[in-house]
Amino acid sequence: MTQTSTSQISSVSVRFCGDSGDGMQMVGSQFTDSVATAGNDFATAPDFPSEIRAPKGTIFGVSGFQVQFASTDIHTPGDTVHAMIAMNPAGFKSNIGDVEHGGLVIVNVDEFDKKHLEKCGYAEGYNPLDDEDITTRYKICRVPMSRLTRESLASDEDISVKDIDRCRNMFALGIVCWLYSRDIQPTIERLQHYFGTIKKKPHIADLNVSAIKAGFYFGETAELFPARYEVAPAALPKGEYRRISGNEALVLGLTIASSKADRELFYASYPITPASDVLHGLARLKQYGVRTFQAEDEIAAVMSAIGASFAGDIAVSGTSGPGLALKSEAIGLAVMMELPLIVLNVQRVGPATGMPTKSEQADLLQAMFGRPGESPVIVLAASSPSNCFDMAIEAVRLSTRAMCPVVLLSDGSIANAAEPWCIPDVKQISTIETPKPVAGDANFQPYKRNAETLVRAWATPGIKGLEHRIGGLEKEDGSGNVCYDHENHAKMTSFRSEKIKCLEDVIPELEVEGEGETLVLGWGGTRGTILTAAKQLREDGVQVATAHLHYINPFPKNLGEVLSRYKQVIIPELNAGQLRMLIRNAFLIDAIGISNLSGRSFFVQDLVEKIASVIQGVEA
Amino acid sequence: MSDVSLPTYKPKDFATDQDVRWCPGCGDYAVLTAMRKTVANLGVKREDVVFVSGIGCAARFPYYMNTYGAHTLHGRAPAFATGVKLANSALTVFVVSGDGDLLSIGGNHTIHTMRRNIDINIVLLNNKIYGLTKGQYSPTSEVGKITKSTPHGSLDAPMNPIAMAIASGCTYVARSLDVDVKLLTQLLDRGARHRGTSFVEVYQDCNVFNHEAWFYASQKDTRSENTILLEHGKPLVFGKEHENAICRVGDAIEIGSPESDSVLVHDETSIEQAFLLSQLFQPAFPEPLGVFYIDDSQPTYNDMLHEQIDDVKTKHGDVDLQTLVSGSHTWTIR
Ligand code: SF4
Repeated sequence: MTQTSTSQISSVSVRFCGDSGDGMQMVGSQFTDSVATAGNDFATAPDFPSEIRAPKGTIFGVSGFQVQFASTDIHTPGDTVHAMIAMNPAGFKSNIGDVEHGGLVIVNVDEFDKKHLEKCGYAEGYNPLDDEDITTRYKICRVPMSRLTRESLASDEDISVKDIDRCRNMFALGIVCWLYSRDIQPTIERLQHYFGTIKKKPHIADLNVSAIKAGFYFGETAELFPARYEVAPAALPKGEYRRISGNEALVLGLTIASSKADRELFYASYPITPASDVLHGLARLKQYGVRTFQAEDEIAAVMSAIGASFAGDIAVSGTSGPGLALKSEAIGLAVMMELPLIVLNVQRVGPATGMPTKSEQADLLQAMFGRPGESPVIVLAASSPSNCFDMAIEAVRLSTRAMCPVVLLSDGSIANAAEPWCIPDVKQISTIETPKPVAGDANFQPYKRNAETLVRAWATPGIKGLEHRIGGLEKEDGSGNVCYDHENHAKMTSFRSEKIKCLEDVIPELEVEGEGETLVLGWGGTRGTILTAAKQLREDGVQVATAHLHYINPFPKNLGEVLSRYKQVIIPELNAGQLRMLIRNAFLIDAIGISNLSGRSFFVQDLVEKIASVIQGVEA
Repeated sequence: MSDVSLPTYKPKDFATDQDVRWCPGCGDYAVLTAMRKTVANLGVKREDVVFVSGIGCAARFPYYMNTYGAHTLHGRAPAFATGVKLANSALTVFVVSGDGDLLSIGGNHTIHTMRRNIDINIVLLNNKIYGLTKGQYSPTSEVGKITKSTPHGSLDAPMNPIAMAIASGCTYVARSLDVDVKLLTQLLDRGARHRGTSFVEVYQDCNVFNHEAWFYASQKDTRSENTILLEHGKPLVFGKEHENAICRVGDAIEIGSPESDSVLVHDETSIEQAFLLSQLFQPAFPEPLGVFYIDDSQPTYNDMLHEQIDDVKTKHGDVDLQTLVSGSHTWTIR
């Protein structure tokens, strides 16, 4: 056995790609667990095909999973890929463009036959592995994974070839684990637990274990790879960690928040990518009393949630942009009825059906204004997978506090991406007080307001003596009776927006990181990219400050003051300038926008260059 | 729920301080009378009753019932009511709305509420016209209806609400006339006591835009010819002197003599017969009033939801939120 040299590196980005049947998400997720256990910081980005069962071997059927792991603090899955594992030509073809020059590309060479090459659209007779442009640009390692997997598992009796072939992904994982000096024992234990204990298929567990071992030993003996790498553990704050995706964090946050508010959680939704996993996750929490309701359409989902809120539940309806459009009239009803309601919008690319599996931040103005009449709602935006947990709790807290709907914006990229999360102590999370009425209050009036918060009480059916009728028609201040009086309407309209403004006092002020004359202001899921870009700019000697908005209506109280401290404000967004429009309007400043309309997040490098050129432009 | 004694209510206890604003002579008044009687005698507390409506003249209903109430959006009352019931299944929930609301813009919700058998009570005030928007034809208007939006006559065939309810899996399906407060009260009461979705179609007179639309059924002199009262276990006879009967000859329904062997006997538990009866319309047949169909054996969605939650809770035993948040795979950074 030869000893390959091991080099220390601070961060690596690895992408697994192949056919959707090749188990790429599984392998990516297992590898992420292994880097997590080793104490690295990490960020993942799955890339699902939008077709459910695209023909095997085609470009449409390619599934990918990227993970960056590091010995330092990181926030993005990486602009480019240091090592790619391609299980078939289609995966190779659609992902090779993202591999950095000199990057390592491990291919399952058995799949690079005439049939598969042509299936993904390579010209007849062409094989990219023989193309000198490609072989000089990347370090290509040809591994006959199909054959080796079969050979190493063949001795097991009574096992179908199909079952064996399905273990190719684990063979690939074995190679990658060897390459990055990962202990495979924890992965083996997880595989045994998953296939053996949960799925009750111990023979499949054994096959997978044999395959990962075979891949690992192959790495060790094959002398195919130029080097081995080691990524030291990151200096993360001490504590107990888990991996969390944005949608998982929403599920947990909503469940915790409703218990902190001492109310039942009602979640009504209509299936829609990329929000459905929140429905799936909550549907599995009946042991916590969570009620989920898959409605007949988006409108029924939000209307049943408003009904549940009227009856006293923490009511939530999750969707994506097209669904938010369908819910808009109903959200206006909750504004008028002054009932708490949380609408999750896990944004995707629009308009219309757009690109459901790709990500954009272009629903901000829809969330702010997409309703008839003056109908302000609270608008919040989560900035990372784990931040979805905190913002879900904030959504419940603010919605019940102000008796007003919240639109909580997430997006496809943070919904499915995962990062390490220092597990919070649930006991330390504050309880949520809801505006309770006085039972039997002889002077009860449904629209009588608390003088300080301007909020009416949440009087729910079943409470004796507080019977009342509310609805979508304009209400008389206090009594809540239908009222067409002009002065009353003006007054009620201003109450509806003023009570949101009052929340300024109970939300955190905006924090700024770094110094300089330029502020880069972001919101939502681009936080990681902006932080990484700013760090690089500072390393390059460019002074820049950053701040990130989680509260968009109301804005943090100090936002105006913060903005006024900078010579220029740059707002990078995955839309045509929506936050910029709000900021310009609210503060009359000439904020400069950096837009990305590609349906995926900024590349750090692009953002670095764009910010730098704006700054230089001003200096020149 | 802890109070053992129920307050004794009179219908007028359910009046509110709001003036009733329907046009004079509107059929909705009779329905309100029947509903107040029904709720007063139901044996439930005022605070446990919720009225939900959509938009339209009929949708003003909650404002006139001294219970909890919500006047929601056009077509969306069944969805809102579903949420109310799923949040608190101890509540008695009524949806009262019109034909445009429940069958046109809200048709989907009506169908799906029935399909799920959610234990709420839907009362459809069918006046075959859009009243509040001042007189356009509705999904139950007859073909050729001349209205402001159809000056040359409407082209689309009317919906059959009873057949739709039966086909949607509704477990209590009945029809009444607005003016027959006695029958209406009976039907509303039985529907409210029924566990599952109850549906009562009410032929309601829009005094302003579609007056006399139901006169053939509601007027003393023509009613016995043009309607037939459905009574479980009784033969289907009608006419001033009970001189006619509904007979089943092979697959066909015919009018025959009450003496005939083929006279249908009403069986409100037969879905097949209920569907046949739902097809009887003027002028060929008298239109049935009463209970078309009832099935008490079906579980309700709300009960099943709570049973499922209880089952899962029993299976899991004590659960703890910290374990939930921690998940199954954790690691420690020291
Ligand atoms: S318009 Fe017709 S349905 Fe509406 S209140 Fe007047 S009479 Fe009744």
